[in-house]
Amino acid sequence: MTRFGVVVFPGSNCDHDTYHVLKHVLEQQTEFLWHNERDLKDSDVVVLPGGFAYGDYLRTGAIAKFAPIMQAVRRHAAEGGLVLGICNGFQVLQEAGLLPGAMLRNKGLKFVCKFVDIRVESSRTPFTNQCQRGQVLSIPIAHNEGNFYADPRTLGELQDQGQIIFRYCDNPNGAVDDIAGVCNREGNVLGLMPHPERASDAALGSADGLLIFRSLIFAAAVLPA
Amino acid sequence: MRAKVYVTPKQGVLDPQGLTIQKALYTLGYDRVGSVRQGKYFEIQLQNQLTDEEARQLVDKIAHDVLTNPIIEDYRFEVER
Repeated sequence: MTRFGVVVFPGSNCDHDTYHVLKHVLEQQTEFLWHNERDLKDSDVVVLPGGFAYGDYLRTGAIAKFAPIMQAVRRHAAEGGLVLGICNGFQVLQEAGLLPGAMLRNKGLKFVCKFVDIRVESSRTPFTNQCQRGQVLSIPIAHNEGNFYADPRTLGELQDQGQIIFRYCDNPNGAVDDIAGVCNREGNVLGLMPHPERASDAALGSADGLLIFRSLIFAAAVLPA
Repeated sequence: MRAKVYVTPKQGVLDPQGLTIQKALYTLGYDRVGSVRQGKYFEIQLQNQLTDEEARQLVDKIAHDVLTNPIIEDYRFEVER
């Protein structure tokens, strides 16, 4: 059984949805990790959920990156541990320097909340091994700052190194190169703007998000402890 | 002692808010306006016993590490007594 830790910042609001999917739908050992703690409770996979950590004051993720738990998350990532950032969690990981790029306001200046199609660009990652390359997943987005930006050199590196893992089929926010999700160079930290935890039950419109969580369960089982 | 810090979107980085303000200005008849970029402004009170050099170093570090995301933003600042 995979041990998941779901980080809770003041202002996180997808933490319970994520916990529910991991604990009750996928029946994995799942713990909340409070932002003021420094212990990941032996988590194999750390998930930074969506929401508005510290109210998104200053910039999205700008204050959250200084939370005590983030020191432990950095260490976990540096040791090769798996880290998934969803939406605001993605933004926090960017601010923390664990993922490349930064998020600008959506091009249309509107908060966009709807199902979108995203294409899996690689199935050779701990986050997508249960998907096929080119597979299209239907997963909702809900964000105001999802307009992924990286300078041309960084973007070229992301393309060359195969770090762009998800692309929008129909770009909803102006993200450069249609980027919906990227991983770090080492491939053990991934952020995506769509919310897989909101697409993990067919009754809610899509269960495609489960593929991402199931990929993590598979990856954690084969990773050396 | 007080620092004034100005944070602006980097050149070349899309600023959707600035663009929208620019369009609104045109709509209002301000047709001699060029591009508009929106940034942030901070006023920070500092302890008076800091030397000018200490104050500048402190504000520079705060602006770089906290107030801006260097990927998308630039900053400049003034320190005044």
